[in-house]
Amino acid sequence: MKLSGARIFLECLKREGVDVVFGLPGGAVLPIYDALYDFAGLKHILVRQEAAAGHAAEGYSRTTGKVGVALVTSGPAATNLVTALQDAYMDSIPIVAFTGQVPTHLIGNDAFQEADNVGITRPCTKHNFLVKDGSELGTIVKEAFHIASTGRPGPVHVDLPKDVLVKEWEFHYPERVHLRSYNPTYEGHPGQIKKAAKAMLRAKRPVLYVGGGVISSDAYRELLKLAELTQIPVTTTLMGLGAFPSEHPLSLDMLGMHGTYYANMAVYNSDCLIAVGARFDDRVTGKVEFFAPNAEIIHVDIDPSSISKNIQVHIPIVGDARRVLAKLIEAIKEEVRDDVPSIVREARKQWHAQIAEWKARFPLRYDWDDEVIKPQYVMQEISNLTRGEALIVTGVGQHQMWAAQYYRFKYPRHWCTSGGLGTMGYGLPTALGVQAAHPDMLVVNIDGDGSFVMNSQELATCFESRLPVKTVIINNGYHGMVRQWQEIIYKERYCSIDLSASPDFVKLAEAYGCVGIRATKPSEVVPALEKAFVTPGPVVVDMMVDREEDVFPMVPAGGANKDMILDRPGKAVKERAAKSQTGF
Amino acid sequence: MQNGTEPRKHTIAVLVENRFGVLSRVAGLFSARGYNIESLSVGETLDPTVSRMTLVVRGAEFVIEQVIKQLHKLIDVIKVTDLTEENHVERELVLMKVNAEPANRAEVLRTVDIFRAKVVDVTPTTFTLEATGDEQKIDAIVELLRPFGIQELVRTGKVAIARGSKARVRRSEEKLGKAKAADGALSQDPRIVGFAD
Repeated sequence: MKLSGARIFLECLKREGVDVVFGLPGGAVLPIYDALYDFAGLKHILVRQEAAAGHAAEGYSRTTGKVGVALVTSGPAATNLVTALQDAYMDSIPIVAFTGQVPTHLIGNDAFQEADNVGITRPCTKHNFLVKDGSELGTIVKEAFHIASTGRPGPVHVDLPKDVLVKEWEFHYPERVHLRSYNPTYEGHPGQIKKAAKAMLRAKRPVLYVGGGVISSDAYRELLKLAELTQIPVTTTLMGLGAFPSEHPLSLDMLGMHGTYYANMAVYNSDCLIAVGARFDDRVTGKVEFFAPNAEIIHVDIDPSSISKNIQVHIPIVGDARRVLAKLIEAIKEEVRDDVPSIVREARKQWHAQIAEWKARFPLRYDWDDEVIKPQYVMQEISNLTRGEALIVTGVGQHQMWAAQYYRFKYPRHWCTSGGLGTMGYGLPTALGVQAAHPDMLVVNIDGDGSFVMNSQELATCFESRLPVKTVIINNGYHGMVRQWQEIIYKERYCSIDLSASPDFVKLAEAYGCVGIRATKPSEVVPALEKAFVTPGPVVVDMMVDREEDVFPMVPAGGANKDMILDRPGKAVKERAAKSQTGF
Repeated sequence: MQNGTEPRKHTIAVLVENRFGVLSRVAGLFSARGYNIESLSVGETLDPTVSRMTLVVRGAEFVIEQVIKQLHKLIDVIKVTDLTEENHVERELVLMKVNAEPANRAEVLRTVDIFRAKVVDVTPTTFTLEATGDEQKIDAIVELLRPFGIQELVRTGKVAIARGSKARVRRSEEKLGKAKAADGALSQDPRIVGFAD
């Protein structure tokens, strides 16, 4: 059967089970949009800027576990998409991005809207393809989805020259593909698993440190089981939030630069650290010499190049987190037979008591104010009102850290944030992708005033495509995180951080056909949020918060995690105690 | 990692899919991490769908370990072997145009003879020479001919192959534990247990 390249492309997507594509048309991909005109069974959501197509695909992927798809044209569209590709690459999110390309005979001729797309995306994708021969299109699309979703997931880019899309080719879509050079390891090494099981039982002060890999391999059930079986406390990375329930007694919440005091102290004092699907990122470890300095380190990861990259690992296990944890549970049951030895139980009791003391001494806390809205309070109320069940997306900055600290996570795949790359503007486009995947669920985009304006045009997409995303802007009129660093590290030499000239976000929302709500006092927070959550359609809440609130605790970049700054330097302890409001 | 040893030269053989863009993937991997490639040569193997690269890289043990893992991570890379760890033969070819005035011609030819090099082109004033050998030999002949005046010089970069009757391209994987695991006989103490991608 002969079909046009464009039609083959659409047939491939359909066979791959793609139900929604985020895209923006243009010259080089017009053949695809022409074929889409009367193609049934594929929903296209028109974004307003190409990076948004990539982020939306990320949001779709993170919350469904499926591969997200973006489709944009050549040249500037492809370069706009690069940020989203690198974002997905850093956070190991499986998306497949298609870009148009000038016809093959013009490639390299500086044709209109030409860019070396595969050259540009090569370092920010797991793999990329330039389709030169349309008879290979089916195989390439299949390989793209295969590579994106297996092993350590990641973005794959496929460049589609216009003539390949126009010409007719024999349609062939392989059932499965085999790449001789690509064989991810899923099963952990049994000998290593046994060693790890022994080390975990031997340990007196063990900690589980889990990251996004637990979520992408759907290993959260196994994690819960393992933690409860061994009574080992669990701390998660920013990417791992939701992998372990925040309310669980064994939860230490997030670790790292803005993690909790008790998580960082537990890791620092641990004698056995079990890292699962995490990569010892510098925002997690701080100064590496002081990261779990006395611990035997077990590292479970599907990517061998993550192992011993930043920190020397003692027991590496390459494999899929879910399968390895399942085997680890078996191995531990095997070791302990029916009963955990009393020595271990006794040691755990002491360890739990120590952690409880840290938790009691330095919980997450902030100063309450009757007049000014504290951003942490907004997070607590979002958490309360949604009962931890909403799909939460954030931008990047202070609000992101407050959301990570104060939102009570119940489930995996309910949290999307730009972890590795820290892409401002990530919030709204990602949230609309999440909403497209879950039309009936509450999607809350917690954003910053700086972050939000980087992609606020996507309100038009939300309005047009009936995606009722609820955006809560934590508006302090600053690039808050930069301000915080200038305050604490650069001795209050504030430079280029003031955003008081931002637009009126209520009016901006209304201009896009959305609903705008403003809250300026603490008493208005709950009513504003309640109203936003029940109003149909997209809503923007402009939360006018304390302009100079900082994120604490904090480890300055390059510092040791044990030396956390717990509060604003020089602040009187007495004054602090009087108005203290703790987290949970 | 903290236990890095002194940097030293490693000769790494990489089997890759014979496709466009592969060289830039490999080169990009090095440039993105600030690793320096001392030499690189590429050519087809017995199987025309597969190319073999020989890379010479200088680095401490843990850097080389990362290099090998990162190479493995590239989708188009089939096998990676660190030949430095075992008995192997390395060769490089050099072509050079050397001044050969009448007074020096005999001396230049004697040097060529000693090094079993060849004269591949002659003019009244120059010899163009071809020499092959390991790095030290090439360096030596270049140094000996330098006083006569070398007008132009081109070196291929190293190619290398393991000694012995067996193909040793799996060696580095064995070292890292994968090959044995795949064979069913599990190694007792692998450093890394397989490769994801």
